[in-house]
Amino acid sequence: MDKTYRLETEDLERLLQLLQGEGYETIGPTLGNGTIVYDKITTAKDLPKGWTDEEEPASYRISNNGGERMFGYTLAPQSWKRFLYPPLRELFSIRRNGKSFETLRTDSEEKKFAFIGVRPCELSAVLIQDKVFTAGEYRDDDYLSRRRNAFIVAVNCANAGANCFCLSMNTGPKAGEGFDIALTEVVNDGGHYFVAEAGTDKGATLLERTGGIAASERERGEAEEVVERTASQITKSLDTRGLQEILAENQESPHWDDVAKRCLTCGNCTMVCPTCFCAAVEDSTDLSGKTASRTRRWDSCFTLDFARVSGGNFRITPKSRYRQWLTHKLSSWVEQFGIFGCVGCGRCITWCPVGIDITAEVSAIKGERVKQEKGA
Amino acid sequence: MPTKSKSLKPKVAVFKFASCDGCQLSLLDAEDELLDVAGAIDIAFFPEASRRMLKGPYDIGIVEGSITTPHDVEHIREIRKSCAVLITIGACATAGGIQALRNWKDIKNYVHIVYASPEYISTLDRSLPVGSFVHVDFELRGCPINKYQLIEVINAFLNKRKPNIHAYSVCMDCKLKGNECVMVARGIPCLGPVTQSGCGAICPSFDRGCYGCFGPMESPNTQALAAQYKEVGESELDIKLAFRTFNAYADAFRKESEAHEH
Ligand code: SF4
Ligand code: SF4
Repeated sequence: MDKTYRLETEDLERLLQLLQGEGYETIGPTLGNGTIVYDKITTAKDLPKGWTDEEEPASYRISNNGGERMFGYTLAPQSWKRFLYPPLRELFSIRRNGKSFETLRTDSEEKKFAFIGVRPCELSAVLIQDKVFTAGEYRDDDYLSRRRNAFIVAVNCANAGANCFCLSMNTGPKAGEGFDIALTEVVNDGGHYFVAEAGTDKGATLLERTGGIAASERERGEAEEVVERTASQITKSLDTRGLQEILAENQESPHWDDVAKRCLTCGNCTMVCPTCFCAAVEDSTDLSGKTASRTRRWDSCFTLDFARVSGGNFRITPKSRYRQWLTHKLSSWVEQFGIFGCVGCGRCITWCPVGIDITAEVSAIKGERVKQEKGA
Repeated sequence: MPTKSKSLKPKVAVFKFASCDGCQLSLLDAEDELLDVAGAIDIAFFPEASRRMLKGPYDIGIVEGSITTPHDVEHIREIRKSCAVLITIGACATAGGIQALRNWKDIKNYVHIVYASPEYISTLDRSLPVGSFVHVDFELRGCPINKYQLIEVINAFLNKRKPNIHAYSVCMDCKLKGNECVMVARGIPCLGPVTQSGCGAICPSFDRGCYGCFGPMESPNTQALAAQYKEVGESELDIKLAFRTFNAYADAFRKESEAHEH
């Protein structure tokens, strides 16, 4: 069976209907309040046709170019993390019962999401979070159930933003693994169609049912061209050679003080990062004290409470907080999970209110090292 | 657990200094929760709500308003003595309030303009937070405070646990809610990154920049944010005025506004 299909734009509608028919909640890109957001979509008409986004450090602007592309934008402000790992979730509650108490586990909501338009870097981020939440000793059952049920339609990139550096992180602009279906949107003189690749049997079956026909060699070639053109647009890069060690050895670089002067410790970078997974656990009660509940809430290594322990706080200075974040992403993450914790999506650069750029900070730290070595 | 008899309920008193009453009204405004709150505490002194005025000592004193007169100073000291726990609420009580704008001017000039017989006016030269005079056990921020946060603080006290009140930025709330950053997506100047969370990110949820009603967050880098204000086209005067509102006299905001005063 040839696993590459040609889908017409109308077939996309059919794909959505089929997924909904199977009980999936279809989540995809749609026009938000001045941005492209991932939200519930019911028909292909909800897709942001003609819309693109332009990203710079601390800046994101959308505009409509009147074009045909449904997936012509780069990225939404927040990733699919919100759906697989919701920002707020009650874990359990406890009810007082005479002299004893009973514990009620808060059940996971049965969620069946179909994600339409997952970018290759975002897909890599999902695979990283899979490792974090499901591979180790401490499994997150809520994540696991949402993830297991999820159907992923990746869309290869046709438009790279100025903050994208997936090429450096080996995560894009073409999806490699982890999808059920991967689409490439082709718009040229010959028309407007999708080349669809099935990544799973389930994906293949659905593509058959949408009425897709085998893609010709020319069509496959045109899809390749789209991705190649996107790759050639990418200007930002991060040299990852020896990076784990370089960062581990430069914990005292004077550059950390420099970035601390600019960093607001606001936490935006961690909140928008598709791989950041930290959460705080909070207990609350009702006024009578008869019931208590425990809630998990996204937290950030930039908040002070994050490192508050009995007897003190081990990351008081903004410098230590920024350093923790960057070195975790690009050094200690490798120790912990065997891969980088950064997929090069550039969100932390775009959504940092002061435009701090992780790639530039790394270069500066390397530069300082070279300077010091020369001076020594 | 045996139900507490009425006398065992913590005695709560609510006091007011220089303020608009908005914060203490938050308590009355909590319609859905009010009965529960009233059932859990004994409101012994709350002139705004009831004629019942029991004498101290009190288990919890809730104080609204800033300290602006020599009489206020004496009064807050007495209150402190009569309250086991003292909680201050709102920008006035925690930072001096909007009336602290007078702290940059000579008060005598105002007194002469406003009052026909200024010799009767006895005032301090600055409007200051309660914490400048007495020890405060918990400061609840906001102009006005968020009623759910007030109930949370009372609740935490009743249940002997830590209140879930966060000192991190408003940005955290925006991101939890899924708001699109108004500064990044639209270039609207926003104090969110240096302001403490608590309001639920109301203004950014309605396409406005944060006005800083909840005062400086735990580690406010106002200088870096001010530099970004310039990037999005704000003038020195704009920056000064942005920091000089309800929490003008909170240390971090005060220093930043003064840095843009030429
Ligand atoms: S660290 Fe930044 S660029 Fe890397 S994955 Fe997170 S948000 Fe994207
Ligand atoms: S790097 Fe940027 S987004 Fe992250 S905490 Fe610092 S100022 Fe905020």
